[in-house]
This record gives sequence, C-alpha cells and structure tokens, in this order.
Amino acid sequence: MSAATAAPAGARGPVAYNDGVVRNFMIAAIFWGVVGFLAGVVIALQLAFPVLNLDLEWTTFGRLRPVHTSAVIFAFGGSALIGASLYIVQRTCRTPLFGGEFLGGFVFWGYQIFIVLAALGYVLGVTQSKEYAEPEWYVDLWLTIVWVVYLVVFTGTLMKRKEPHIYVANWFLLSFIVTVAMLHIVNNLTIPVSLTGAKSYIVWSGVQDAMTQWWYAHNAVGFFLTAGFLGMMYYYIPKQAERPVYSYRLSIVHFWTLIFMYIWAGPHHLHYTALPDWAQTLGMTFSVMLWMPSWGGMINGIMTLSGAWDKLRTDPVLRFMVTSVAFYGMSTFEGPMMSVKAVNSLSHYTDWTIGHVHSGALGWVAFVTFGCFYFMVPKLWNRERLYSMQLVTWHFWIGTLGIVLYITAMWISGIMQGLMWRAYDSLGFLQYSFIETVEAMHPYYVIRAIGGVMFLIGSLIMVYNLWKTAKGELRTEPAYAEAPHAAAAGTGS
Amino acid sequence: MDLTALAEAARSAWVVWLMVLFLGVVFWAFRPKNRQRFEDDARIPFRDEENGG
Repeated sequence: MSAATAAPAGARGPVAYNDGVVRNFMIAAIFWGVVGFLAGVVIALQLAFPVLNLDLEWTTFGRLRPVHTSAVIFAFGGSALIGASLYIVQRTCRTPLFGGEFLGGFVFWGYQIFIVLAALGYVLGVTQSKEYAEPEWYVDLWLTIVWVVYLVVFTGTLMKRKEPHIYVANWFLLSFIVTVAMLHIVNNLTIPVSLTGAKSYIVWSGVQDAMTQWWYAHNAVGFFLTAGFLGMMYYYIPKQAERPVYSYRLSIVHFWTLIFMYIWAGPHHLHYTALPDWAQTLGMTFSVMLWMPSWGGMINGIMTLSGAWDKLRTDPVLRFMVTSVAFYGMSTFEGPMMSVKAVNSLSHYTDWTIGHVHSGALGWVAFVTFGCFYFMVPKLWNRERLYSMQLVTWHFWIGTLGIVLYITAMWISGIMQGLMWRAYDSLGFLQYSFIETVEAMHPYYVIRAIGGVMFLIGSLIMVYNLWKTAKGELRTEPAYAEAPHAAAAGTGS
Repeated sequence: MDLTALAEAARSAWVVWLMVLFLGVVFWAFRPKNRQRFEDDARIPFRDEENGG
C-alpha cells in the first residue's frame, strides 16, 4: 500500500478522508470537557461554601457560571459535535470534506477563537446577559462567519457524496447546523453602542425579548443538545454494535416529528409571566407532544441492540452509548412533565430544573460523547484498539454514580425548595424566609459537588486512557469471558 | 376573492398543511414498496469498511 504511506494517518483505503480536522476537534472537545467539568465543580462548591467566591469580581459565581455553561455546551459539546459531524458526513457519503483541510481548519480555529473570546468576556464582565447567549456583538458576528463556513463545508460534502441516499444521521446534523444559525442570528440582533466598545442593546423589548430568548434557548437544547447528538447516536451506536439501526423507517418519522414540534416548546420557560396565556399553553402542549419523538428515538437507539444484548456486558464503550440513550429517555420524560403548568409552578426557579438539565447534559450528551471518543480515537490515530477497557469500565461507573448523586440531590433539594417557598402559616404569612431555604439546601449542595467531582475524576480517567491510546500503547488485560454462565455450568466456551 | 385573501385563508390553516405534509412523510416511510430500500439505506454506515471506518 504505497498510497497509504503518502496519505494522512487514518486514511487507509481508497478514499482519503480529511481526518486532521476531526482529530483537532476531538482534542479540543476533550480539553474543554475537563475545563468545563472543573468549572462546574468550582461553582458547585461556591454555592455550598460562598467563601470560595474569593471576594474577587472575576471569580464570583455570577461570572464563572456562564464560563461553565458555555464551556460544557459550546466548547465541549460543540467541538465534539462539529468534529463528529465531519467524521460522519465523510464516511456516510464516502467522500472527503468539501473545502478540504483548509476550510476545515478555518472552522476549527475559528470556533476555538470564538470560545476563547467568549470566555474572556465572561470573566471580565462583558456580557449581554442572555442565558446561553452571553457573548457580546463582536463575538456573535465572528461566530456567524465561522458557522456559515461550517454549513458550507457540511452541505458541500453532502452534495458531492458517492452514496445516492443521505444517511439519516446527516439529516439530524444538518438540521442542527441550520437551526442553530437561525436561532443565533435572531436572538443576537443587537445594536452596538459604538464600534469600539463591547456594549450593545438588543432590538427586541419586553416580553418579545423574553420570548425570543427562550425560543432561542429551548431550541438550543432541542437542536444543539438533542438533534445534533441524535445524529451521533444514529451513526455510532450501529457502528459500535455492528448492526444497522433497529428501524430506519422509525428514524425518518422520528426526525420529522422532532422538526415539526420542537420549535414550539420554548414558551414553557415563561409560565406565569407576562407572556400571553395562550402562548404558555401552546408551549406546554407542544412540550408534552414531544414525548412521542423522544421516546420513538430512544426506542430506536436501544432496540438496535435487540438480539445482541450480551454486548452490553462485554463492551463498556457500547454501555456508555446505550446508557446515554436511557438517560435521554429519562430526561425527555421529565422535561415535558415539568412543562405542565401545575408541575412548573412547583419546579420553576428551583434546583429541580438544574437536576433535570444535568440528567440530560451529563447522562445523555456527555455519555454519548464519551462513547464516541472511545470509538473514534483508536480509528483516528490508527490504533488497533483502546489502551484499556478496564479503565473505560472505571470511567463508566464513577461517572454514573456521580450523575446519580447529582440528580437525586437536586431533585430533593429542588422539591423541598419549591415546597418551602409556597408554605403559608395559619395567618397567611410566608412560613419561611428566603435564607431559611438556602440553609436547608446546604447538605444537598455538598452532595451535588461530590457528584460533580466524581464525574470530573471519570473524565480524567478517560483523558489518561485516550492519551495512552493515541500514543499506541496497549494494556494487557484479561479478556471478558464470553459466556461465564456457560463456563460455570461446565460446558466451557 | 383576490390572491391576497386566498393566501390569508391558506395561511390560517397552516396546521392542516403541516399535518398533511407530515402524514405524507409517514406514508412514504411506511409504504411497503419502500421497505427494502430503507433496509438497504440503514446499512450505509457499513459501506466504507474498506476505509477502516
């Protein structure tokens, strides 16, 4: 294979895929993941022990919280998504990237510059105070350019595909790219005060601004954290399980149901506000209807293992992926339930919401991404297999226990907080002062921080394992027994 | 009825049009004639094995 020696590593066959950009995105995603989890642990500890705000403006909770959310969603999740999408689109179209390493490289470096500019702004107090859309106008403009180039690279690759049909994972990924572009532009229509200053004002006002913000933010959940990662699910689970998706026809219905419904669910973030009542009810209704595509997709992912359930015991990478889909099912059951007005009147503004978000973010988004890392890194660095499967198992269990500690602590703390806020005494006065609710939540904040530390430790185990894998080292480990029950019965295998 | 009024009337029934579109997608997906092609399409991720994918 003389061609292989000239082609970049990772391209061993007739098609020379552009994997350099994918490798860069993987390294960035792993790096930002650790940074984001660490930032999360710091702010969790700040809530439990306020002295950790250090009395410095740059290190207060208010400034570090967007560092955490942006680092995990946009830096970790975004880098993983863009990298994985470029990996998937090349392989399901059997063609190299449109624009090659040059445009791919621009998307990579452009996106990293966006992350650094945004994070610097947060720490220095430059923010437009819109949740998940904190970066000011100059960062928004830069991201728009990078995102359009990303769209060009992705659709260009689709257009020169060798495969007549566009595989369903690419539908999800394309909808993620297009919708995020639309959301980003409409929610960031701001007018700068001056061309040399960072401050700008949004063109929307009052409740229209609030509605635009939650239309943006909820669809960031729907199309960034859901559609994008579902695209990953539809490629990596079949690949890792070595069998096609359970039902391709269900995946088509799954896609279109998600597309038709998700965009309407945003108003459930504005229950009992100045938003007109009909809009709140509309948002609630569409949120409840979202149960159907969510569970359709979850069933499709999990049932892909139908007839090969034993792989869950012997393949910890697949276990990561399937557990992530189970968490997806759990948090997409919880979400519509919380969007029902009666439930929302208890849950809104409490820690329950934080628990819900993290069962989705840690359980679904991060776990499916870890599964993809473990799948892709040996392939991208041309290695026979991962350095250690036992370390994957350790990562899995430490991470899972961390998530369970996190979400159970937040459920209890959130429901308690909601109940204390609405408790009246016999004379009609509020029974608890605000500070009493904060004091009551302290133990749960400590438990949550411990859960976060465990999740962080798990990710560090992964970093070590992937580092060794990329270097080409292999740890000698006893193989999983294929059928221990058979061995125990004396039949052997 | 001029064209503007017609467009207004059509727009007010948007939920019907979207539903029709969606039912069309479902019909396309579950049409028995398409069963085989979708089963083939589901195997696309495995077609680049010669590249070590």
